[in-house]
Amino acid sequence: MEGPLAVVVGILIATGVYLMLARDLLHYLFGLVLISNAANLAIFIAGRLTRASPPLIPEGQEAPQIVVANPLPQALILTAIVIGFGLLAFALALIAQVYRELGTLDVDRMRIAEPVRPKRKKSL
Amino acid sequence: MSWLLALPFFIPITTALIAFLARGRKHLCSVISITGCFAALCVSIAIVTLVVSGGPQAAQMGDWQAPYGITLIADRLSAVMLLISAIVGLCVALFAISDINENRVKLGFHCFFQLLLAGVSGSFVTGDLFNLYVWFEVMLIASFALLVLGGEKIQLDGGIKYVALNLVSTLLMLTSIGLLYGLTGTLNMAQLHISLAEVDNPVAISTLAVIFICAFGIKAAIFPLFFWLPASYHVPPVAVTAVFAGLLTKVGVYALIRTFTLIFPNDLGFTQNILLGAALLTMLTGVLGAAAQYEFRKILSFHIISQIGFLILGLALNSPLALAGTVFYMIHNIVAKTNLFLISGTAQRLAGSYELNEIGGLYKASPLLSTFFFIAAFSLAGFPPLSGFWAKLLLVKASLDQTAYFVTAVALITGALTLFSMSKIWAEAFWKPHPQGHCKSLYSLSVAERLQRLLPVSLLASITLILGFMPEPFIEYALGTAGELLHPDDYLEAVLTGSSH
Repeated sequence: MEGPLAVVVGILIATGVYLMLARDLLHYLFGLVLISNAANLAIFIAGRLTRASPPLIPEGQEAPQIVVANPLPQALILTAIVIGFGLLAFALALIAQVYRELGTLDVDRMRIAEPVRPKRKKSL
Repeated sequence: MSWLLALPFFIPITTALIAFLARGRKHLCSVISITGCFAALCVSIAIVTLVVSGGPQAAQMGDWQAPYGITLIADRLSAVMLLISAIVGLCVALFAISDINENRVKLGFHCFFQLLLAGVSGSFVTGDLFNLYVWFEVMLIASFALLVLGGEKIQLDGGIKYVALNLVSTLLMLTSIGLLYGLTGTLNMAQLHISLAEVDNPVAISTLAVIFICAFGIKAAIFPLFFWLPASYHVPPVAVTAVFAGLLTKVGVYALIRTFTLIFPNDLGFTQNILLGAALLTMLTGVLGAAAQYEFRKILSFHIISQIGFLILGLALNSPLALAGTVFYMIHNIVAKTNLFLISGTAQRLAGSYELNEIGGLYKASPLLSTFFFIAAFSLAGFPPLSGFWAKLLLVKASLDQTAYFVTAVALITGALTLFSMSKIWAEAFWKPHPQGHCKSLYSLSVAERLQRLLPVSLLASITLILGFMPEPFIEYALGTAGELLHPDDYLEAVLTGSSH
């Protein structure tokens, strides 16, 4: 199962990078979303895919009696999904506000913070 | 014991919650924020004392023994970083009273500011790689909010570039942590030190090391990953810029130091060259970028990048003296840089602008502010006997010891160019007469505002002077830190067998 999923991660990252190369901020954000999913999937694969049982310990026992799946990567992914959701939601809200205030999503036309011709000394 | 190590981030989070409830009342909020910062300072002093006398201190959260639970650990490096960030936090909280307007306080400035400090402190005390990622995110989301708080057009423009590039770094970090887990089956940094040495897969380890350099390199603003920094650091209110300049990039450097002394110590032959090349180019491009600028804060922003080069240089040279140089440089740089930004804010308040061709006459109008600028700026340029001189001396000595003369030359050229930029600010903003003919004096401000603006500046300037005139105990401490970083036996023992609770 690792092989096909690794290919899926590769496709997600390739598509994400392609989208992020666009000048349009919204495309950039969609690219980030795809890569963030690819990262989560990569952690999932890194925890090894098995057909083992859920990691539940029967009552009265100290350790699982049979081979169980590794629950840690899933806990990590859950944390990463929550954090990623927050960050991407913020980024989307910011992009919406930028569009309202600056009237464009083309990053090449956002030159307020870094003007093309900054103020110079008069002698220059 | 375990509670003491949790306090550096527990206090700011609590303060943030209280400040959020009180956000409608500006003065109450300031008082809460300053109290929180002061408490954090006391805790960090206690931690430094403990670490100096008793070696690295570890605490297992929730009594889950390492490497299964989350470990908090303070060694000399963490302790000094906690202390210095608490000092910066306190100074900026004081300065913010007059610099941050009521609207921004209502929007929750103090809340985000404290969360930022919590993220920074959390990154310094954690002993778990995934937990480090979480603290980075806490810091990142707070810095996003601080950067665009107030919503001016220029802030949104700078903010979008900052957000866009830092999210990439986040994803790289997350991916590399996941892959490292896949390789070793642990995320505890001390356990990683042991487990990674047993992994027989040099290709995967080298690849991971490079992804880590990229991920933390974006945060630390090393060449060629620094473009978010000069695009965004001059847009928020100056109190925000000051805390960003002092702490954010340094957390990236801290993470790099941790990763490449503790986790990947055996891989240094390969990554060392990448780090060395990046360090030299960061120093030069930063300082050259600054030479081209004519805006007070943009010049200083480019200098942050150039100084990061020096910090990475010490890591790349990887000798005890070089690492000690990095630690000393970090302390000196955080203090001097924060101070320069605070001074630039007061200069703007008096002269009316950050553009150097629109201001002037500050020396005549307020000699006191000029003295503080002189101390901080010439310390940054490495003038004896100020703190920057000792910091540069350690690094230059370390490079000479390794007969890396090219590195020495680049470091000295960077120092000279730093002096060029600092004297440009001095000549333009302080010496030449104000173009409109009149620059306000410090005495035109109210007594309270003068105190709020000058107290933090004088505190930071006196630290620079103390570091400069009595460097010996600090260099001693830095050498001890370098020893711990290069021989992490005590660190490993504290985490894996210490189980003190």
